[in-house]
Amino acid sequence: MADLHAIRVTVNGVPYEARVESRLLLADFLRDHLGLVGTHLGCEHGVCGACTVILNGRTVRSCLVFAVQADGAEIMTVEGLARDSQFHPLQEAFRDKQGLQCGFCTPGMLMRAYEFLQENPNPTEEEIREAIAGNLCRCTGYQFIVEAIQDAATRMAIASR
Amino acid sequence: MATQAPARKWIGQSIPRVEDPRLLLGRGEYVTDLVLPGMVHAAILRSPLAHARIASIDASKARSLPGVLAVVTGQEIKELTNPMPDFGPDPSKHTWWVLATDKVRYMGEPVAAVVATDRYIAEDACELIEVNYEPLPVVVDPVEAMKPGAPLVHEPLGTNVAYSRTFVFGDVERDFAEAEVVVRDHLRWHRSGAQPLETVGAVAQYNPATGMMTIYCNSVTFTFLLFLMANTLKIPSNKLNLIPCPAGGSFGSKFWAVRVPILAGMLAKLVGRPVKFVEDRIDNITTSDHHGSDRIYDVEMAAMRDGTLRSLRVKVVDDYGAYIQFGVGTHGNSLAQVVGPYKIKSVQYELYAVLTNKCQQGAYRGFGSEVTNWVVERMVDLVARELGMDPVEIRRKNFIQPHEFPYFIPTGNMYDSGNYPGVLEKALQLADYQGLREMQRRAREEGRYVGIGLISAQERSVFSATEFWFWFDQPTGITSSPESVTLKMDPMGNITATLYSQAFWGQSPETMVAQVVAEEFDIDPSQVSVIYGGSAGGLPATGPGGSRFTIMVAGAIQGAARRIKEKMLKIASHKLEVAPEDLEFAEGKIRVRGTPEKAMTLQEVATLAYLFKLDLPPDIEESGLEADYTFDHPYTTMPAPDRKNLGVFYPFVGHACHIAAVEVDIETGQHTFLKYVAVHDAGTVVNPRSLNGQIIGGVAQGLGTAMYEQYVYSPDGQLLTGSYMDYLIPTAMEVPKVEIGHQETPSPFTPYGIKGAGEGGRMMTPAVVSAAIEDALAPFGVRVNEVPITPEKILRWIDEARGRQA
Repeated sequence: MADLHAIRVTVNGVPYEARVESRLLLADFLRDHLGLVGTHLGCEHGVCGACTVILNGRTVRSCLVFAVQADGAEIMTVEGLARDSQFHPLQEAFRDKQGLQCGFCTPGMLMRAYEFLQENPNPTEEEIREAIAGNLCRCTGYQFIVEAIQDAATRMAIASR
Repeated sequence: MATQAPARKWIGQSIPRVEDPRLLLGRGEYVTDLVLPGMVHAAILRSPLAHARIASIDASKARSLPGVLAVVTGQEIKELTNPMPDFGPDPSKHTWWVLATDKVRYMGEPVAAVVATDRYIAEDACELIEVNYEPLPVVVDPVEAMKPGAPLVHEPLGTNVAYSRTFVFGDVERDFAEAEVVVRDHLRWHRSGAQPLETVGAVAQYNPATGMMTIYCNSVTFTFLLFLMANTLKIPSNKLNLIPCPAGGSFGSKFWAVRVPILAGMLAKLVGRPVKFVEDRIDNITTSDHHGSDRIYDVEMAAMRDGTLRSLRVKVVDDYGAYIQFGVGTHGNSLAQVVGPYKIKSVQYELYAVLTNKCQQGAYRGFGSEVTNWVVERMVDLVARELGMDPVEIRRKNFIQPHEFPYFIPTGNMYDSGNYPGVLEKALQLADYQGLREMQRRAREEGRYVGIGLISAQERSVFSATEFWFWFDQPTGITSSPESVTLKMDPMGNITATLYSQAFWGQSPETMVAQVVAEEFDIDPSQVSVIYGGSAGGLPATGPGGSRFTIMVAGAIQGAARRIKEKMLKIASHKLEVAPEDLEFAEGKIRVRGTPEKAMTLQEVATLAYLFKLDLPPDIEESGLEADYTFDHPYTTMPAPDRKNLGVFYPFVGHACHIAAVEVDIETGQHTFLKYVAVHDAGTVVNPRSLNGQIIGGVAQGLGTAMYEQYVYSPDGQLLTGSYMDYLIPTAMEVPKVEIGHQETPSPFTPYGIKGAGEGGRMMTPAVVSAAIEDALAPFGVRVNEVPITPEKILRWIDEARGRQA
């Protein structure tokens, strides 16, 4: 297997070095090589958004990014959201509003919401719906997710005051 | 129904879901997260053609690829396995194997499986397999498939009509002869499917020394039927241990999806190492074995001029695809509530189950009864239109009334209880129906196309499985659909509940169990832990499906709790020197009625039960506090021998009224929701917020079926919607905000009066959306008789209607 490349990435604050095949997807690298299985693969063609992670501050679909493309990047996954076993306000809001059912889309949804609330800390319902339109959820019909993101915005505004 | 509901502490509370914290941390423990030492990976090669003879397969290049452990083709499959479990009409003539053996019957059918050290290599190897196909004529239209001379999907059957039968319930001839109005329509419900975001997966491990096969999987609920899987795998039934993994969504499609675990098991046995096989999305869309109903209807409804509905004549052709694993159970579902909430006195049901070159049908939220709801509601609206009646008026006139329960419908099934006028009134109020009509009138004056749909329909729950065999004159097989639980109170007074099916697929089994156990013992739900047991040490379980789980598990919990409580009362009675009947479980204690300070904590009693046998009364035979209970279906009766009455098979019947207001853009065919109201009666509600989540999620899926989703096959059998680019799942932009109301009419026959509620959303939405779009286009006289209602169809219907008017 000559087709190997050395990469360095930081995931949830932890630095890693690895040698990976060119074709290895970032999602598979995170899941199978680093054991961070919170990132889920739903469609593997970039539509469902379940595999969304944050790469250098912006969300990407980790099924559409090769691990070698992430060389040198800072990555955040769902495992990086809670700190010292304390839920992030987004997770608290998702729990209180029941913004999930099976949990499979949830990590991607949380990553997208995390990015979105940084761009727009005080969104309307319509803005939230548009913001998460690239993340499919098959269980909830989105309503409680929208409520949860709105609730998280309030919590985060209070926390940053 | 006037009796006061008993005061309850935990049932009826929206406690936060027990399942959520781990899911929010990314620790869902789905099957695809599982890694076993030495584990290798499988991939399948799918047929590119819909119908072809497999002339030869050359896997030599694949086998020589470094990292490949095995390649299995249909040539070996008859040695390695028996045919797949099959509840179809005559499995010897439409035999289903885990891989195609002689020919492929639909695009995507697995023809070979590869095991390799990683999934990438396994997929590389699939590409190196050379299959020589001899194409055969393809049949994808079920009506064409029924004709003599059509290409045969299974030659031994000699026809593509796998099953046909006409049932007549009541005096259909008389009711039609006496009818003053008969409306007819041709209705088309296209196939869609559950498409959970997590696909079906399994990790299998085989120990050649013990012969034990362990399969971790997310897709098999019926643990008392696992002997069928063992038979396919050619292993003894007591050498299969199925370990349920939480599922990332199912909606029916992981109810009994056995091909993936069987494939993984077969391969693990072959290579002697743990094998993981997880479908990719293309596998799941093309060959999940779980496409939904695909029906063509010709329906007649008989009525009187005053709006009284008399009879229903249904002819339905259902396109089952290339196999028919569950027989025509989806039509048993239809017959459970075929008259809707109305006093329709007779029904004729003529069914043709047809095989074509498509993926086979399986289960999808509603299991066929959602289609019937749509058909009945479409026809009731047609009668109303014919008579110039308001949709509210015709429904009110025909409702089964609250005092008429239990009510037996013509097919023999029973509706246990209900208050349909009450649900309707709540929905009208919540939606401000008069206000909506006024808004519609003003909109029409402005030249806008606003429509209001209103439907009232049933949600049958808790199947008894007789529906799987009343189709045949000789009954065979399964009944009663048991569900089991083991409850154990430990010496600290905490309780562990063990469930034995594939219980979690996105609903809230752990939350529900915690609430019911807390109610039974009057403890806090946080003192209850829920685990999922493997089948080898397990008890009979049927799992979620048919909106049965909450009722059945609650029944099992009550049974097991009763056994534990009896023992605890004996101990407390002995210690407190008070008769057991004077004691009660309250606030975490066993206390004397009327003298609450005289009490023992549950922990004190439990510690005695475990540690101090010699202190226990002599009639307590063993230490510990553990009880199993298997709860069988609480109300089932046998079908009549002539099948003119199918017996009671799906009796706990919820009800809902949905009201939707939409605006249609007649230039683009696009629509916008202005209002969506859903009022449900699911009997006693265990967790309102969790139930609301199920309703809204079901509405979203029903909206997909109504407007967006379809597995489209080309005439040569190519699936044209094979990815999420083309198979359109509603996003947050499409799903309307749903306003929910509840009516609680407890069932007299179930634990706590609970009725099932997991499917209701999807069982209502296609009907109400169809009605609303039709009403919006009423100025053109458009009739909506087909789903999905795509923008193209809306524009075509308008053009056709204008053509008729011109």
